[in-house]
Amino acid sequence: MTVNMGPQHPSTHGVLRLVLELDGETIKSCMPTIGYLHTGIEKTAEQKKWQQVVPLVERMDYLAAQSNSLAYVLCVEKLLGLEMPQRVKDIRVLLAELQRIASHLVWIGTHAMEIGAVSMLFYAIRERELLLNINELVAGFRFFPSYFRVGGLREDLPRGFHDAVNAFLDRFPAKIDEFEGLLTKNDIFNRRTRGVGVITQDEALAWGLVGPIARGSGSDYDVRKYFPYTGYESYDFNVPTATEGDVYARYRVRVEEMRQSVRIARQAVQRISPSGAWACDDPRVVPPPKDKVYTEMEALIQHFLIYSQGFTVPVGDAYVPIEGPRGEHGCYVVSDGTNRPWRVKMRPPSFMAIQALPKIIENGMIADVIAVIGSTDVVMGDCDR
Amino acid sequence: MDASSIIDTLTGVVPGTSYEAGKSVDFATLYVPANALVATCQALRDTPSLRFNVLLEVTAADYLPREPRFEVVYHLLSVPNRQRLRLKVRVASNEIDGAVPTVQSIWPAAGWPEREVWDMFGIVFAGHGDLRRLLMPEDWEGHPARKDYPVQIRKAAQTYEPLEVSEEEFRANIARDRMKRAH
Repeated sequence: MTVNMGPQHPSTHGVLRLVLELDGETIKSCMPTIGYLHTGIEKTAEQKKWQQVVPLVERMDYLAAQSNSLAYVLCVEKLLGLEMPQRVKDIRVLLAELQRIASHLVWIGTHAMEIGAVSMLFYAIRERELLLNINELVAGFRFFPSYFRVGGLREDLPRGFHDAVNAFLDRFPAKIDEFEGLLTKNDIFNRRTRGVGVITQDEALAWGLVGPIARGSGSDYDVRKYFPYTGYESYDFNVPTATEGDVYARYRVRVEEMRQSVRIARQAVQRISPSGAWACDDPRVVPPPKDKVYTEMEALIQHFLIYSQGFTVPVGDAYVPIEGPRGEHGCYVVSDGTNRPWRVKMRPPSFMAIQALPKIIENGMIADVIAVIGSTDVVMGDCDR
Repeated sequence: MDASSIIDTLTGVVPGTSYEAGKSVDFATLYVPANALVATCQALRDTPSLRFNVLLEVTAADYLPREPRFEVVYHLLSVPNRQRLRLKVRVASNEIDGAVPTVQSIWPAAGWPEREVWDMFGIVFAGHGDLRRLLMPEDWEGHPARKDYPVQIRKAAQTYEPLEVSEEEFRANIARDRMKRAH
């Protein structure tokens, strides 16, 4: 029998369609169909100025907006040859880690809900609300802050930022214990996830599933450790791995990642002074401070130029990867030397995960499809762009 | 490991191929001739000193009006050696129909990214076997990421008649399924 799962199925995380060929309850073949959320962001980005692309790329992976924009701004900064002040790097690390926690919270809530633990969603979303409040405090936006800019940050941190972050970090480790109390030894959860959707390390790497999926299969590849960016080499943290390669292993990896993110965030928030440099001092990219704009002619002209024409980026191309919540988020940017990008390409981890989905679920049971999709943590906006 | 030492290693394994180091600000870039792509990728994956075991992505860029017009870009990662590498294949506008071979036999991950490149740029990968529309609708015309493709275009979505099954057909369907399972 052929079953169309999606594009409106509640547990396919957006608009993913799976055409499943069944024999009884066993899956004989699976054909994913994507593209329902394709909005041509990469093509649109070619029409925008460099700085205007930041809000666009944030809307790709909508659960990890700041991972996308971090990859993009680091990539453009690499082409420009900009070096950020330490404070900017620390703020970026902190917000990227909070973003990872927020994304994992949506994952743990929906994943557990889909395989039966409905109340888990409420526990997870309650904590995520606090992170969205921090986003709102920082940038005025809850989902898509667009706070990372080429050349630094949009503005300085607001008053009360440290208190809000510290309050969250003090509260959250106990909440992870609570999540684990609900799931880790839960008999139903264990039976639905152990030994289900197994993928070996070699297969995971051959299919390009670098990220939590490969780490659940025994690989220790993490961009933050292998190719440190924006100052991760100065932070003390572990890369959690598991060897079983099943849905439960990926669950354990992500839960432990949340603890490690708290650890990194604690170190970062201690380093960040309440006020200080929030952008680099390159006048090509960063507009002059407002008091100079109002008093000096040159500053006014520079301000006007940056906001009307934008800045130009030297000819060349660069690929900068970061460790996003779903794996390696890479941004490939080509510049032709003008004030608009020639090509912007994101490497979407969800795209690779959905490509490998048939490999993981074929010859499994239909009920396990839900568990496997949840464990790959795909976001269709990231996949379709 | 910089581009020249990778070229030295490669020319020992794949003789008779001329590689060219590209300019880059991040990591080594090699220009590979399309006819030597599969042999090169095989060598990159299997040579012990290289071991690029992960294909991160395949993408392309359109450099209209320059000729060769397209560049297909491969980003590789070696987890054991902590290395990254970018491969580029130049594709002239008269070579888009199958000059570049697929690398699915080396990394299965190449399947969908190559489909996406065909969908967006119209570059056919020889031997791919499944070049269907991936992100765009099945009946879409043209390849949207090309530079000569208009940015703002309105196209009515094709609608299909809803599938209607009569009661008899439905029953026959169920019965056939039961028969199949009984055997």
